[in-house]
Amino acid sequence: SLKNCIWLSCVLRTPKACFWSTASGGLIIQSVSNDVYQNLAVEDWIHDNMDLEKQQVLFLWRNSPAVVIGRHQNPWQECNLRLLRQKNIKLARRRSGGGTVYHDLGNINLTFFTTRKKYERMENLKLIVKALKALRPQLDVHVTDRYDILLDGQYKISGTAAKLGRTSAYHHCTLLCNADKFVLSSVLKSPYRGLKSNATPSVPASVKNLFEEDPSLTSEILLDAIAKEYAVQHQIDHHITLINPADEILLPGISNKTKELQTWDWLYGKTPKFSVSTCLNMAYKGSVLDIKVNMDVKHGRIEVCNIDLPEQWLPPGLYSELVKSLTGSKFCPNETTTLAATLLRVCPQDDELHSRWSLLCENMIRLM
Amino acid sequence: VCIHRVRSCGSIRFIKSKYVCVFDKSALKFSHQQRLFRTSAVSCGQIVQFKLSDIGEGITEVTVKEWYVKEGDSVSQFDSICEVQSDKASVTITSRYDGIIRKLHYNIDDIAFVGKPLVDIEIDASKGVASEEDVVETPPMSHEEHTHQEIKGHKTLATPAVRRLAMENNIKLSEIVGTGKDNRILKEDILNYLAKQTGAILPPSPKAEIVPPLRKTEAVPAAPKDKARKIPVPVSRPIAFSGKDRTEPVTGFQKAMVKTMSAALKIPHFGYSDEVDLTQLVRLREELKPLAEMRGVKLSFMPFFIKAASLGLLQYPILNSSLDENCQNVTYKASHNIGVAMDTEQGLIVPNVKNVQVCSVFDIAVELNRLQSLGSAGQLGTSDLTGGTFTLSNIGTIGGTYAKPVILPPEVAIGALGKIQALPRFNGKGEVFKAQIMNVSWSADHRIIDGATMARFSNLWKSYLENPASMLLDLK
Repeated sequence: SLKNCIWLSCVLRTPKACFWSTASGGLIIQSVSNDVYQNLAVEDWIHDNMDLEKQQVLFLWRNSPAVVIGRHQNPWQECNLRLLRQKNIKLARRRSGGGTVYHDLGNINLTFFTTRKKYERMENLKLIVKALKALRPQLDVHVTDRYDILLDGQYKISGTAAKLGRTSAYHHCTLLCNADKFVLSSVLKSPYRGLKSNATPSVPASVKNLFEEDPSLTSEILLDAIAKEYAVQHQIDHHITLINPADEILLPGISNKTKELQTWDWLYGKTPKFSVSTCLNMAYKGSVLDIKVNMDVKHGRIEVCNIDLPEQWLPPGLYSELVKSLTGSKFCPNETTTLAATLLRVCPQDDELHSRWSLLCENMIRLM
Repeated sequence: VCIHRVRSCGSIRFIKSKYVCVFDKSALKFSHQQRLFRTSAVSCGQIVQFKLSDIGEGITEVTVKEWYVKEGDSVSQFDSICEVQSDKASVTITSRYDGIIRKLHYNIDDIAFVGKPLVDIEIDASKGVASEEDVVETPPMSHEEHTHQEIKGHKTLATPAVRRLAMENNIKLSEIVGTGKDNRILKEDILNYLAKQTGAILPPSPKAEIVPPLRKTEAVPAAPKDKARKIPVPVSRPIAFSGKDRTEPVTGFQKAMVKTMSAALKIPHFGYSDEVDLTQLVRLREELKPLAEMRGVKLSFMPFFIKAASLGLLQYPILNSSLDENCQNVTYKASHNIGVAMDTEQGLIVPNVKNVQVCSVFDIAVELNRLQSLGSAGQLGTSDLTGGTFTLSNIGTIGGTYAKPVILPPEVAIGALGKIQALPRFNGKGEVFKAQIMNVSWSADHRIIDGATMARFSNLWKSYLENPASMLLDLK
């Protein structure tokens, strides 16, 4: 409704104290979008623009299938990028730290926004556990000191991450209601070998859905229960305001934030420096060649590239052209494919040469 | 953040006497309440050790993950300095000062300690913002609300010089929209605001003077004197253009283009253009589109253009050949692998449809659909991108009529198709009718292809498209 929009618009702007004499200590908002980039952009927007001194915010959101890696992680190490591309599952990098998670509509995300001073993760997780127990007293759920929530003492149902800025902070966590565990385990298994880096590694854990424990639980019921508990603890109305992440008028600058989260430079370019040291096993004319490959990748681009080919397997000029082209290029299958195809145009038209070239390039592309 | 050690060459002191005489009486009444200090020292900057502040939750150490600045960079207050991580929390550390970074105490992946120095910042002199100006900070009791760091519930970011400018002109900072980083209010914002108020473009306030009220009182008596004269032209303030050149290395797609085009340059090109009347083809496609859709395929004009080209190449196979490096041998390619130039986010790519000579128009449409969806997803394979023998570029989908396409080695010919326009033409009876006209521009390798061959091929291709029924006769 228009009234709701105007009210919400005022709430999201930084209000003056006198206007908010009736205002409460909290606000609960839920996203109408299932797009992971839009929802992450809302988190950024609130973090950058809202004054959380007078009121804290709880943001509820769900995403269509996506793999979300932490700020300082390496996507090649964390997930099966090839499978993601095939299955059209999105890859997102969030701004908070921590490990990699798989989202789908059976997973709910909760973000607790506070001022930097009031940042307190344990409190938030205890709130969630309290809500769950109030809903289903028989549930065996508890918070660990690693800020996970465990079901039956062994299955992880929630993971946590946080982002702290100058004046504001947020703590967000997942909650597995009814996610596809099969897809989850297959996409979170990386096929890439020989990667060495200081990127934050994920700690794998056995997971379980709350739905498996109690089939009467749905995402909606859980969201509502948690919102209710938040409302009680912050002494506010149990009212969830819907928010549209595409609304540029309500959230000025949001579309830029959404776009930035999808750029190659953010998704892959922010990967901490890593090296690839592996062996290509190429079957060629009845024999198998073992080709050692060493690459250094910085900001997602190949800084150094060494391919240990048998002598004269490729004309030396062509080999050096390949290495020269790869250096500085993105560590990306699409980029490498184009480069390989283009270089083929300017070398001698020889079938034998072409098949060797294609074989080598296909194998190199598989590394990415 | 606390200051560990401040080496200051200039300490807090009162303003020099040369400024006092310029003060208006009205400004002076505040002076005894004000605390004035120099922000700049003349010969040395104050190096401040900026310590890592408390993260919360009893955390004592973090890992430095990314630096946003390097030694020698200048930073402003609230600029991000680095990103650190502790136990699943990523923290952005921002600067408290304006200044120049003099030393980074940690490398990436080092452990940093809370309470220990993170960076050394030289609190600076030469920025031009506060240099040789005195910064006036009024105590909280002052009724000048807008000089506060934070209006209740509303944060305004502005450097001290900007605040002073606002105060001088009786502007509330809360009413200005900041255009700087983090919505910081810049000097330009104040000046623009003022310009809107008075309708004039103001000159920048000279640094030595402090008193606008003095100027105003002077201006008023001047006006009646000048009644007879024209209105003085406001002094326009030169807008400082702060754009900077940006140099990037040529990599990836661009590098590939450079390679291809450099090789193409070696080919002596000649061009040949013509006009094609697609009126009948347009009608035919309209009829066939729903049929194709029923089979789950989007039918554009390209499958027709491609098939017609292949039929033409059967008659003029030299256009589907390749010249070796020394120009000693010409290889006539058996397959018609017709490339279709595609514009993607990353740039121009040219996947090809294999063996068009044995494909039906529908087969070509299916293959084009496949290539287009892979192309937009950035998932084309090497086999799709190599082995082309002839290329068509449909630049007309973006616009344009005539083009001068560049041959993609090792091919010897290429065609660029302009957009289809409805234009008036004369028919056989001399009547004007509405025709759907498209222009085609061919380029060919003049070392082995002559103009006549190109013209005849083009005429044949054109005749197939102008009279699609004739394609039926020659379809294999």
